Amino acid sequence: MTDVLVPGLPATLVEAPLPAAAPAAARRTTPRRLGRFLVRRPGLVLSVVLVLLVVVAAFAPGLFTAQDPLVGEPADNFAAPGAAHWFGTDELGRDVFSRVVHGAALSLKATLVAVGVAFVVGGLLGLVAGFVGRWVEDLIMRVVDVLLSIPALFLSLALVTALGYGTVEVAVAVGVASVAGFARVMRAEVLRVRTAVYVEAARSSGVRWYGVLARHVLPNALGPVLVLATLELATAVLAVSSLSFLGYGAAPPAPEWGNLISAGRNYLGNAWWLTTLPGLVLAGTVLAINRIARALDGEWAAAR
Amino acid sequence: MGGSATGRYVLRRLAQAVVVLWAAYTVSFLVLDALPGDPVTAMASAGMDSGAVDQEQLDQLRAEYGYDDPMLVRYLDHLGSAATGDLGDSVATGRPVVDTIAQALPPTLQLAGAALALAVLLGGGLALVATYSRRRWLRQVLLSLPGLGVSVPTFWVGLVLVQVLSFQLRLFPAFGNSGPSSLVLPAVTLAIPTGALVAQVLAKSLLTALDEPYVQTARAKGAGRARVHLSHALRNASLPALTVVGLLAGQLLANSVVVETVFSRDGLGRVTAGAVGSQDLPLVQGVVVLGALVFVLVNLAVDLVYPLLDRRIVVAGGRRSLA
Amino acid sequence: MSAPLLSIRDLSVSYTTRTGPVPAVRGVDLDVAPGEVVALVGESGSGKSTTAHAVVGLLPRGGRVDGGEIRFGAHDLATAGDRELRAVRGARIGLVPQDPTVSLNPTKRIGAQVAEVLRVHGLAGRREAAARVVELLERAGLSDPAVRARQYPHELSGGMRQRVLIAIAIAAGPELLIADEPTSALDVTVQRRILDHLDTLTRELGTAVLLVTHDLGVAADRAQRIAVMSGGRIVEVGPTEQVLSDPRDPYTRRLLAAAPSLAVARRSPAAVAPALREADPLVEVEGLGKDYPLPRGSGPRVLHAVRDVSFTVERGRTLALVGESGSGKSTTARMVLRLTEPTTGRIRFDGEDVTAARGADLRRLRRRAQLVYQNPYASLDPRFSIEEVVTEPLRAFGIGDRASRAARARELLDRVSLPATVLGRQPAELSGGQRQRVAIARALALSPELVVCDEPVSALDVSVQAQVLELLAELQEDTGVSYLFISHDLAVVRQVAHTVVVMRGGEVVESGTTEALFTSPTHDYTRELLAAIPGATAPTAGGTR
Repeated sequence: MTDVLVPGLPATLVEAPLPAAAPAAARRTTPRRLGRFLVRRPGLVLSVVLVLLVVVAAFAPGLFTAQDPLVGEPADNFAAPGAAHWFGTDELGRDVFSRVVHGAALSLKATLVAVGVAFVVGGLLGLVAGFVGRWVEDLIMRVVDVLLSIPALFLSLALVTALGYGTVEVAVAVGVASVAGFARVMRAEVLRVRTAVYVEAARSSGVRWYGVLARHVLPNALGPVLVLATLELATAVLAVSSLSFLGYGAAPPAPEWGNLISAGRNYLGNAWWLTTLPGLVLAGTVLAINRIARALDGEWAAAR
Repeated sequence: MGGSATGRYVLRRLAQAVVVLWAAYTVSFLVLDALPGDPVTAMASAGMDSGAVDQEQLDQLRAEYGYDDPMLVRYLDHLGSAATGDLGDSVATGRPVVDTIAQALPPTLQLAGAALALAVLLGGGLALVATYSRRRWLRQVLLSLPGLGVSVPTFWVGLVLVQVLSFQLRLFPAFGNSGPSSLVLPAVTLAIPTGALVAQVLAKSLLTALDEPYVQTARAKGAGRARVHLSHALRNASLPALTVVGLLAGQLLANSVVVETVFSRDGLGRVTAGAVGSQDLPLVQGVVVLGALVFVLVNLAVDLVYPLLDRRIVVAGGRRSLA
Repeated sequence: MSAPLLSIRDLSVSYTTRTGPVPAVRGVDLDVAPGEVVALVGESGSGKSTTAHAVVGLLPRGGRVDGGEIRFGAHDLATAGDRELRAVRGARIGLVPQDPTVSLNPTKRIGAQVAEVLRVHGLAGRREAAARVVELLERAGLSDPAVRARQYPHELSGGMRQRVLIAIAIAAGPELLIADEPTSALDVTVQRRILDHLDTLTRELGTAVLLVTHDLGVAADRAQRIAVMSGGRIVEVGPTEQVLSDPRDPYTRRLLAAAPSLAVARRSPAAVAPALREADPLVEVEGLGKDYPLPRGSGPRVLHAVRDVSFTVERGRTLALVGESGSGKSTTARMVLRLTEPTTGRIRFDGEDVTAARGADLRRLRRRAQLVYQNPYASLDPRFSIEEVVTEPLRAFGIGDRASRAARARELLDRVSLPATVLGRQPAELSGGQRQRVAIARALALSPELVVCDEPVSALDVSVQAQVLELLAELQEDTGVSYLFISHDLAVVRQVAHTVVVMRGGEVVESGTTEALFTSPTHDYTRELLAAIPGATAPTAGGTR
């Protein structure tokens, strides 16, 4: 498993060195090359567009819908999807599309916080472990091994129990549960680069350790970790929405993608749109992020 | 590798497992105990008449549960009991944590076992067919399925299945633990993300193995496609897939929290969800330790299977290593 | 010549890439008569392997036969279907692959892998096959064949695995054997023994061989006819003596001139200015040793990778450390540069003891002694521009400002005969030979007194090898730099070294001046190494022998 970066695969599996940003990856990116690359991949373009739409929705929901996500028209409840309400209305007559659009803000925020925590903490731990070595590495990696042996969702649940409910709490819980994976990948990358011949070549021509770290190790090790971060965005969207579905996220009536779907559970028989449509948006977002991660991971480098 | 060497290896691994369990216990203790919020306050505010508990009663409760001791004392105290198999009592129900878990575990193991079998069968089958097929379109369609499988939220898949197969077609019961037919939908739901991962990893390593020079050697002998695929590539490719299965066993258990909630099934998942809901720290801690135990045991089993598949891997010296 | 066994006519093969099909073989004609050994010689990318693989229909992914025919008996293998090809593969055409270390299935026993040929073609039942396997392994020259049959590939050495692969190839008594660089992954002495054995075996069995090799020396020793390939075409084909002594195609001539194994000290090491010879030696190594602790278990506690090695590198001269894999030559060189810590012994650089140098002393050593690596693909940071690569040592020692460093980079590239236009490029955009030139330029940036060259040409094609060796010699003449030259290839060493140290199993077995060592070796191992140089006895265009 030398070049495993399968979308959705827990970071724990990615212990083998990731594909060295293949030699060709160093080639410069010209707009023309990028254009040709994208034209051949309509699915990727669609994914980028979808993710951009979600980001815009998070920051400016007003661009997509003028309807209030929190206040509905009780007379209008359980309206099926149609021109007036694209995703239909819920039991209180609230517009589901508007709730999904407004929910993007909380869900995106939680995702970014989660990945940020995992990336910064895990990345630093891995960097220190890989670069310093000796007992420091042993100690850090032992702790990482223990964290990896606890199923991520259980670890998140324990953290939620301790921290309490809420969007940020859930995000931190998900982030901490992914720290170990990042630490492991970062360390593997640092080790790979640190033992690369060109690093020794730099060392033997007199470059000092901080020069080696800043100019060779970090730039070459970071690529695969960033790819992992992209994949982790997808995983985090799923994990955050799962916890929100279980009811540990934002308190209703604030809309989050997870609790929206959870709320629709009670009306499975008569209002399919309450669960199905928000779920499609959620799945589409995750799929799009995974597709982008795959493009970043080698496909782009290999295509040139 | 003699029998006694394997025996020593297993013993050493079991010793390591105990260390991991201790560490998992410690981590969960730190998470649950060191962070703000304590179960007594939670219990008081959630369980009893809201806000009507006075400070004196709280202190009394704290003393009763030992929450007024310094953290280190509590830790050593709890660890001592944990070593004898006593993980404390549930704050919510007052029953021992171990009993609560033991009672909730069987239906969940049934569910996770069924899901694991389905995941391996479907995921492995998909990978085999996809890499074996000569039809380009079939390959591409099959190989894109796992990517879809890992992207759809488990709880949503469950709800959609209930909507279509229970409410519309009335094929399976939507909720509960009544008989084998009630196991079908939850097991399928739980199997999808796991099976997708198995398929992804197996397909990828099959494709890698098929490009290896030893496969070329086999072809040069005049061996047919099926023989090359099954007898040469699959055996080598199954190692990474086996690793994935080992790592996913714990996740299956954890995902049962979501699936059992969706299908209102009784089991460990529901108990866990409830424990988190009522901030039942001892019970949550018990579940976390159980998760680590399952992980450690399954991975020990996987490590013992490795050498049977690939002789280069010897189980000696404490760690798996390539000779 | 009797009717050919294999007859290739106008064969064209291309590979599908993202930018469209790329032709690999263009209109090749080639015959192999029954029992004949034909060598297909060429550099990487010449299409030689592709041609050989097309014969058995085992082209790598994306490869496609565009036209032509491959007649083999009643079959046209170029258009044959899978079923027809399967009947021929293994049974009538055997393949000996390139790298024995990865060509056997790691999860199956040797015996089962050999028996598979017999079973697939219905030549033996289960029990019968087991007996035949032992016989075949013995034929292939393996000792204890019954034991080997029960072992797994990783328990055998590279040479033994290649013998297993030969047993597989001859198992069904094929009429043709395709040997694709069968020994290039092995040490020279092993290579010689295996090729000798293959020779005897095929002669006994009357099997024809299509031998694919990059080494004209190997071809000269083994083949009755040689076909030279370049750019997907056969540029010359003829009887071995004729091709070697009277090459008609300019490319063949260039290849012959570059082939180190056929060149009899055509290029001799640079003469040394007398003034330099008088001076003190640059590097003195005394009793150098390196132990590695072995994992606990049965057997010895430590591995003596290097043991009691002593030598002296004179100023302006080249000392070669020669040995096969595992001889400790690279470890020794790395200890001299203090990239690996010695366990015992002493290293003096310009009279100063640097065995335990630290801090400023070590940096002074780094400045005066540089290293050129074997693999120019791995030794340059893929993210750096060539200018950054070449000026990195200058930056590290804070020499000059940006402008003067850029000027120095241009000057250095000029020294290694690269145009200044490559300064802005990245390593991936350069060829292997160009990258090695860049690596040499980097090593020269600080004007060091010692450059350690660790197999500097073994990853390069022969014609490029010759150019790089030439460059190293010129630089020595101009700058008076000393080289510590690590190589497994005695033919290369002969062209560059003034003195040679032969190592085996971590110890020095013999050392002396190049002439003395090549003309009158005293140690058996040296003699064996010399005899293993392929092509040593072949007639060449120069006719010196």
